[in-house]
Amino acid sequence: MSAFNQIEQAVLRAMQSEHCSYLSSKIYIDKLHTKNKNILGSIGQNAGVIDLGDNDAVAFKIESHNHPSFIEPYQGAATGVGGIVRDIFTMGFRPIALANHLFFGNPASERNNRLIHGVVAGLSDYGNCIGVPTVSTKAGYANCYELNPLVNAMCVGYSNGQVVTNQSVTPYGEVYYVGATTGSDGIGGAEMSSESFTGETDLRPTVQVGDPYMEKLLIEAMLELVGKTEVLAAQDMGAAGLTSAASELGRFHGGGIHIHLDDIPLREELTPEQILLSESQERMLIVLPERKFGRDNTAFEIFSKYGLNCVKIGKLIKNSEFRVSYKNEMICAIPNRYLKTTAIERPTEERETSVYEPYIEIDSSEYNYEHLATQFDSQVQGRTIRIADEDDPIAIVKLPNSNKGLAIMTAGYPHLVYSNPGDGVAKTVAMILTAFAKYGIQPLAFTNCMNFGSPENPFVMNDFKEVMETFNDHAMFYDIPIISGNVSFYNETNEQPIMPTPVIGAVGLIEDVYV
Amino acid sequence: MYNVGVMIFPGTNCEVETVRAFKQLDVDVETFWHRDELDGCDLIVLPGGFSYGDYLRSGRLASFSKGITYVKDQIEKGVKVLGICNGFQILCEAGILPGALTRNDDNQFFCGMTSITNDGYNFYDIPVANKDGKYYCDDMYVNIAYKYSTGNIAGVYSEHENVLGMMPHPERAVESFHESQDGLEILSDFMYK
Repeated sequence: MSAFNQIEQAVLRAMQSEHCSYLSSKIYIDKLHTKNKNILGSIGQNAGVIDLGDNDAVAFKIESHNHPSFIEPYQGAATGVGGIVRDIFTMGFRPIALANHLFFGNPASERNNRLIHGVVAGLSDYGNCIGVPTVSTKAGYANCYELNPLVNAMCVGYSNGQVVTNQSVTPYGEVYYVGATTGSDGIGGAEMSSESFTGETDLRPTVQVGDPYMEKLLIEAMLELVGKTEVLAAQDMGAAGLTSAASELGRFHGGGIHIHLDDIPLREELTPEQILLSESQERMLIVLPERKFGRDNTAFEIFSKYGLNCVKIGKLIKNSEFRVSYKNEMICAIPNRYLKTTAIERPTEERETSVYEPYIEIDSSEYNYEHLATQFDSQVQGRTIRIADEDDPIAIVKLPNSNKGLAIMTAGYPHLVYSNPGDGVAKTVAMILTAFAKYGIQPLAFTNCMNFGSPENPFVMNDFKEVMETFNDHAMFYDIPIISGNVSFYNETNEQPIMPTPVIGAVGLIEDVYV
Repeated sequence: MYNVGVMIFPGTNCEVETVRAFKQLDVDVETFWHRDELDGCDLIVLPGGFSYGDYLRSGRLASFSKGITYVKDQIEKGVKVLGICNGFQILCEAGILPGALTRNDDNQFFCGMTSITNDGYNFYDIPVANKDGKYYCDDMYVNIAYKYSTGNIAGVYSEHENVLGMMPHPERAVESFHESQDGLEILSDFMYK
């Protein structure tokens, strides 16, 4: 008999899913080179942060939305952009550039054609609407992605003021729910992304639905708030929704959190369990300093100007517990130690080295670099200096109110990694360094999206291990820290894993773009 | 000093570069929220973006807003109005300019450089970025301001040429690192017309 009630069990199940807990990858992530003197924030935060001097800072991260994009290409891809952009502005950074890295099966088949069009339309409609230029879109095509396309999106943000982390420095904080209402979309999404597909399951209700207009309002409101008042901490509601965001805010400040579900704005009638696990988009939690006397209405005023919800739902507490009340009753109280991840070391086994089928040659102009690029607004914000193209894989944007520019690049060469995982990822890093060298600079930091098959497969796990270790060796050698990232396992359908596909993102500084 | 006001709707996303472009022309420029008023402008600009998410139809919801009532009122008082991209769509939906912007033929967003002309002789290189950029008007005497090099309509004037709407983005062709700097001429041309 478990000592936990039904709601507590559902919370624990979602928090222990691979998607939320990094169960199989944690032991490798913990060994990464994540810091040097330029790094203000690294893995564990919503995104990694680099100090550029003169009070300028950039935050960036790459993330996958592979599973949702296969089930519902348009919404899956769109909410992928929404999620990664939210990671950036949650920290108080204005998103200034997006970069996509995609892998599909043969575009000649009708299914892939539909998939590609859906994914590209989803990415571009969302990014264009929120007014963030998409400066690089790269796509690769190989048979192994036929039933498991990869959609990786990277976002870069800029700040010259307050940086908001997910770790409040004091326990005297009030927790506010801001943004869109909570509905039943995406319930169980975190668990879905931690399973492989079998071909016939209907998973549609587990995919979230995006509203870029809501996100745009949330960006403006959040940045206005961060510019005007002290924000102790903030967390975006992503995988496992409110549960994950609230319990992390509680744990990370060194105590706990107590939230009340009664005042949460709902789109439809939901049970407390559904409210806790809903993955409705465009929502976040912010922690503002507790006031002994009077009220500070700054947050209410800003969010209501944009027509957004802003509701106080609880506060941080000193006890190390995740507490939830509903209708004057405590329905969930889980000590933090149960919410922490217990990393496991999966067995690894070397597979025979072989050379995978090469990329599919694309003869239609519809699927090439240039055509993909024109579907994205690459010029909005007016600071785009160049977009990535076939001749030069680097995109450059100028920073606001400064002559500094950022060089941005993503790279992924799965066929090289498949034929030799360590060597392949080393070559990927080499290609990034070569591309940056053309501008006389070295990347300041890396982000990575590790797309692999099932970690329960020892061959896959061995590929993963070699990729992570070699990547880290290079990061250490060149002192380019790995400051953010995402691991996407279970990229397989009917037990056919994809080629190991690490996608590495890099950002470098160009001191003066006018020179 | 010439005064320019840039009106912001929820969902507008080109206001920052629009302000920057006008600053290069040495004019006084400031932004204002669509519910507020900014008296004393010589020119009001409705910048690009996705006002109200462009739900229903591009520019449709914004055309009913308080801001547009204010814009109509200011036009009566002799203020010039420039709508760029989404701003053009709003002006058409509000009936301030004739015609409508419809979905592009390939049903896709298009972002790239175009060449436009006001007299068939001088051509300007200007970026364009939209999904609903195909202009349609059943009035054959519509006052065309700019045409693309393909012959299609890129921008139109009101009857008295005090209101201009255009799909291309002159504010994205002003800096030395932009592909073209022709946007400055287009903006100043309308300001002092």
